[in-house]
Amino acid sequence: MAKLVAGVTTSHVPAIGAALDLGKADTPYWQPLFKGYEPSKKWIAQQKPDVIILVYNDHASAFSLEIIPTFALGCAAEFQPADEGWGPRKVPVVKGHPELAWHIAQAVILDEFDLTIVNNMAVDHGLTVPLSLLFGQPQEWPCQVIPLAVNVVQYPPPTGNRCYNFGKAIRRAVDSFDQDLKVMVFGTGGMSHQLQGPRAGLINREWDTAFLDNLVTDPRKLAQMPHLEYVREAGSEGIELVMWLIMRGALDERVREVYRFYHVPASNTAVGHIILENDR
Amino acid sequence: MNKPGVTTPDPFDDIPGTTLFDAQRSRQGYHLNMFCMSLMKAENRAAFKADEAAYLQKYPMTQEQRDAVLKRDWNGMITLGGNIYFLAKLFSTDGLSFQHVAALMTGSTQEKYAQMMLDGGRPAAGNRSKSEWQGRG
Repeated sequence: MAKLVAGVTTSHVPAIGAALDLGKADTPYWQPLFKGYEPSKKWIAQQKPDVIILVYNDHASAFSLEIIPTFALGCAAEFQPADEGWGPRKVPVVKGHPELAWHIAQAVILDEFDLTIVNNMAVDHGLTVPLSLLFGQPQEWPCQVIPLAVNVVQYPPPTGNRCYNFGKAIRRAVDSFDQDLKVMVFGTGGMSHQLQGPRAGLINREWDTAFLDNLVTDPRKLAQMPHLEYVREAGSEGIELVMWLIMRGALDERVREVYRFYHVPASNTAVGHIILENDR
Repeated sequence: MNKPGVTTPDPFDDIPGTTLFDAQRSRQGYHLNMFCMSLMKAENRAAFKADEAAYLQKYPMTQEQRDAVLKRDWNGMITLGGNIYFLAKLFSTDGLSFQHVAALMTGSTQEKYAQMMLDGGRPAAGNRSKSEWQGRG
């Protein structure tokens, strides 16, 4: 049977991808950030997941305002890196896992989570930057990836509670998949950041730290947090953090915190990263 | 909870210097944002650069929205329904970064803004409510 072993959250700042792609990872600005992911790269190289369900948001790349799915699951065999206006990132094509993806789609829809099935979707920095942070710059990504795009651009995004419960439905789906697969869930985006308006540049380290703490020990409390608090305390784009609750919902109630990293700034953003393993 | 028929949740209005991309703004900014989306193609970027005003005529925007684009009034575009991830296509066409445009929207220079970020960013204290911004210029 498929086994969900661990969850990872990380920010997905586009400038991080650009720094890697342009060979700037060793500069004084970026070196502390990439150093913070070295233990994570070692951890995942030992863990060797077969499939990652990667929760992220599309940034007006695959979806414009024509169609705005709240939850969109990539069921294709592969996903091309998106051209976000300056040419696609020169990273490997993302290989999907159509069998597990379709199984999840069917299972969660019958479980009353009516997601959108997507068979043709380019994936932008929201998906490829987390892969780069955990795997570096390989010729091929070392595992298959199921993209799960969440709308956090058009208000309202799904509630934290909906995301948390959706994670639980994904877990039930993975648990019922009849193949021996080692599965991880990534929740990406955040932490505090605001990219627009006179309040741009907002960073709230104290709030971010409490969010990370609660993510580990009290996710049910976190799931009750209203959108207003995300925007007020973590900035207009900090609301991306609801996506982390999908990851957390997919894990056991009790988890083991394996690693945590927090860094300010990456461009406009507070970078937060945590690794949680199911405690059994 | 939101009242039925009320598209802008009131409490968000109290957050200073912040525009929520809600239903009303999405409807208002649809063509502005779809114009930005067109700039993801190299040939469209070239056509826009060759004659910006003529290119903008292809999209049924208001003249106010067109003027904001031509003047690169980023806060103006946000107020008129532009969304930052769509506007990113426009400032990328101009060769500007997210950080550069964020600095412009705060009325700062890129250098000062970058230093603020290195120093830990804009603190939440004093920036949670419009009441805390009273008296600012």
